[in-house]
Amino acid sequence: MCSLALFPPPLPSGQTTLCESNNELLRCAVLLEQMSCSYIYQLMSFYINSPLSCAVVVPKWLSVSSGCTLALLRWFSSFHGSLFPHLTVTIHLIIRCFDMLAEFSQVLNWSDCVVRAFAWHPHTDKFAVALLDDSIKIYNPKSATTPTLKHRLQRSVAAVQWKPLCATALAVACQNCLLVWHVDPCSLSTRPSSGCAQVLSHPGHSPITSIAWSPSGSLLVSASPMDTAMMVWDVASESGVPLQRVGGGGVTFLSWSPDGSHVLASTPSALFRVWETRMWTCERWPCVKGRCQSGCWSPDGSRLLFTVQGETVIYALTFTDTPGSQAAAVVADLSETTFNTPDGDIIVGGEIQSLAWDPTGERLAVLLKGDPQAADRPAIIAVFKTRTNPIFELLPCGFVQGEPGTEPRLMQFHPNFQHGALLTVCWSSGRITHMPFYFLSAGVPHFGLSGSPSLPRPQERPADFAKQSLFTELMS
Amino acid sequence: ETRTTFNRGPQRSFECMWRDMGNAVASIAWAVLLLPPITAVFVIISRFSLLHPIQAVSECLSFLTSASAIFSFILLCGVIIMVGFLNLEYYTVIPTIACSKIALLGQLLHPRQFVNSLGHCIMGIIVAWCCAITVGGRYETIADPCAQGDGSPQMCLNEYHLILLLAGAFVGFSHSLLGVIYNMNYVSFHTVQQYKYLRFKGSLSLVLKCSATQALYSVRNYIVVYFFLGKWSLSVHPLDSIAGLLDLSLLYHLWISASFLLFTWHLTLLLFRVFVTEVYSFPVQSSFTEDAHQCLPTVLTDKQPMILKFLALLDLALLSQHSPSRRSEVFSLSQPGGHPHNWNAISKECLSLLADLTQRLIAYHDTVATNGRAKSLSTGSERKTSSESSGMFPRPTLLMKTPASVFARSIVGCPQSPLTAPFTPDLDSPFASPALRRLTAPMDQCSPWFGTVQSPHIMRRVPKLWSTSTGEKSQALFADSQAHIWALEGLSYLVQSSFSEDQFGVVQTALPSILSCMLGLQEAVDRHFKLPHASSKPVRSASSMGDSTHKTLRFALRATLKTSIYRITTTFGNHLNAVKMSAEHRKRLQQFLEYKE
Repeated sequence: MCSLALFPPPLPSGQTTLCESNNELLRCAVLLEQMSCSYIYQLMSFYINSPLSCAVVVPKWLSVSSGCTLALLRWFSSFHGSLFPHLTVTIHLIIRCFDMLAEFSQVLNWSDCVVRAFAWHPHTDKFAVALLDDSIKIYNPKSATTPTLKHRLQRSVAAVQWKPLCATALAVACQNCLLVWHVDPCSLSTRPSSGCAQVLSHPGHSPITSIAWSPSGSLLVSASPMDTAMMVWDVASESGVPLQRVGGGGVTFLSWSPDGSHVLASTPSALFRVWETRMWTCERWPCVKGRCQSGCWSPDGSRLLFTVQGETVIYALTFTDTPGSQAAAVVADLSETTFNTPDGDIIVGGEIQSLAWDPTGERLAVLLKGDPQAADRPAIIAVFKTRTNPIFELLPCGFVQGEPGTEPRLMQFHPNFQHGALLTVCWSSGRITHMPFYFLSAGVPHFGLSGSPSLPRPQERPADFAKQSLFTELMS
Repeated sequence: ETRTTFNRGPQRSFECMWRDMGNAVASIAWAVLLLPPITAVFVIISRFSLLHPIQAVSECLSFLTSASAIFSFILLCGVIIMVGFLNLEYYTVIPTIACSKIALLGQLLHPRQFVNSLGHCIMGIIVAWCCAITVGGRYETIADPCAQGDGSPQMCLNEYHLILLLAGAFVGFSHSLLGVIYNMNYVSFHTVQQYKYLRFKGSLSLVLKCSATQALYSVRNYIVVYFFLGKWSLSVHPLDSIAGLLDLSLLYHLWISASFLLFTWHLTLLLFRVFVTEVYSFPVQSSFTEDAHQCLPTVLTDKQPMILKFLALLDLALLSQHSPSRRSEVFSLSQPGGHPHNWNAISKECLSLLADLTQRLIAYHDTVATNGRAKSLSTGSERKTSSESSGMFPRPTLLMKTPASVFARSIVGCPQSPLTAPFTPDLDSPFASPALRRLTAPMDQCSPWFGTVQSPHIMRRVPKLWSTSTGEKSQALFADSQAHIWALEGLSYLVQSSFSEDQFGVVQTALPSILSCMLGLQEAVDRHFKLPHASSKPVRSASSMGDSTHKTLRFALRATLKTSIYRITTTFGNHLNAVKMSAEHRKRLQQFLEYKE
């Protein structure tokens, strides 16, 4: 079993992780925008249209002002009905919703995080970012316009996700409803009207903390910690089917397996369910200690990794065709480990905020919560290599660190990066960075020498594809 | 092959009828089984009194074991069985959409509907009588002894009993009318597949809510009607006054009885829907020739009964998505001969369905472009030839329009509906006379036939009644689109999995036609949605037993179509450049390859 003690030590202060190449994580001593190292730049920029140019910097005042508002609300509610009882109830409700979203979100410190949610498009190089001011921006390297989505119902965005097998639809989990935006990629408009958004709501189904599209793009599931039913939506006809099960007291986090066969649904109590999506029946998985905090599926949908609140390990569950009772196995131990660095001791490890598995199934990123009060216990991303043969195991890869004074809040892998895996990290500063991991995937046939792939030349690729032909002419 | 299928027609429809029947009987049996607990709850609610709870409970128990209770329970069972058979007789998988007020009126005044309403009235009275027995007290008998002016005892009319009976008739009648207006006989298929018990359990609370609210509105309307019309000279306690009708206990009992009546009927309907739409797995191929007619390719190509065709399409959509072993049967070659008969039959049928919709949309668009004038005839004949050329055999018009048996609906309702597009008269029928056709083909009420036979003057004078609203026309165009949605899903999933599973390359040969068919449909759908009102969302009616799925079918079709094309383009990617297609389709496909649609 892998543990953090096997990891290479974290970088000294002032250095940032850049990418993985030739089986090791490269670092850079300069800030990203000042980067002049030509080798590194070459390495980075062959990725289509240089994703670095997409880095978003969100103004700091936004984060500060929102924090102030919340503090003001809390202070106001402390008068406890002595002044305006009816108002207090409303404020309590708002704060309760807010706390709930912060509690169950996959984002670390959701309430003061400038980037509330992030989503890569499953097929193209564009992504959506939900910001603290409840607006959503869509960045597309191939387009000069950056559409901003605003809607009066778009409050406290907890999650966004693009619809698979579709270029336009973006689902947004809001406080009181679910919005599905239809953003025409060819449109030049920077402010799509609210008419472009479908509103899906169901009584009692709010606040929505998690959503998941089926990989086939036909269904959308949404979850609310206040509702014991999980909603399965047919978005086009705007009809939803509640799937109700007793126990657990709500649904907090959803994750649809990439092969479409299962959905993980965790509850606020020490119980999670795994639904099979053909007849929508579920398996109950009680946990010993706390609720299931996060989970992710292997690309073939046969293995589920998950973490439990209050524990510092990663569990694995295997789903095979043969049913039968089984128990989750511990595959990694992330308990606190002290590293000696030039800047002093750093303690890494502890509770896990979220997990992300890259689409090739070779890299697993784990966002560790750390302790915001202690300077020597930073939130950090630990990256593992995963291996399925002969047995499933996690191997250490390294830590991903950002600029000094920033901590990672949210991460996601690019769904179809050609040369390995691309991890996108949203930092507490509002910066979004993309971190490539160059490796040859075992699942994909490849030619050439072992080690990192040679740097591809983008201009040659279309020609190669055009020469290949799947079809033979039919002679009759 | 087609010929043998055609010859097997009567035998097939007979078998299907039995399958239909089996499901219906099972659903009715469950409804009857659920009746005792529901009745017990009703007895308790209707007789319970807060002041003497123990006495009320013991009264309830003694009533439940009495002979009159058992007799009324048997009557209720009879009513449930009758309701179940009416459901079976009147249900349809393709909704009848009235495009104008007058068409709706036509539906309401149709003789078939009249029989339905009459049946529901009578059953309503029976249920209300049972309720009167159950509630007891002043409601129990129709005649009360009363003293005349000269002191001699005489029997007078008990208006409490009567008001309950008439309420039953009224609620039954309004239930039947609302059934037409809200398309309650339309059985829709769910996107989310669930086991029967879970689907039933999930909808139960909704049914209860619907019944209670509909009962409330019905009773309100009934009270108003009764206030104006309920004058009985023989009554002891005349109730047609405001004071008489505002008796809270009376209102409560009326509402409870109406709720009970509607709940049992709605429950029967719910069970029927759950059972009839249950997924059925057809064998893809059979080693015995006598079972060949039960196999998926054969059932798919059959026109009737419609429910079976729908179930086959649903099964196709599911197998193409979930079942590798059954997919391999679809891609397999025949022994001996080595022909991909299964794939050919399936793809041909799906493509002809899609081509039919494309033609329908183009024809409609042309009609709109020429302001709906005189174009219908020519498009009608055009479409006819196209449907024949696409390999479908002519429809047995005579057979389907003869109400041969009680279960003839499964034969009557089907083939005319999707193919006699709602706007073009089907003149190949031997019943060419308009009057007869009006009686035999309720589906045609959407046709501009209403407009064309009338003089333009009349049309101008009563525009509200005759004119059709575009949104509803659009709904009617896509009324059977559930079939197209499954065809699209089935085809696209099969094509997707053929990339890795199709050993003999049987799918590749059809890929150009599949792509051009989908892209052609995409173009037609895009054009249709540019029409005014076509993309306006319908208003949702939240609490009603009627199914409003048909109102959004066109949106579902549009989304599925896009997803299906994307499914193919993401799987095959640039390999599609090697597929031969027209320049226009190529351009459209390129949009999909670049994720710009």
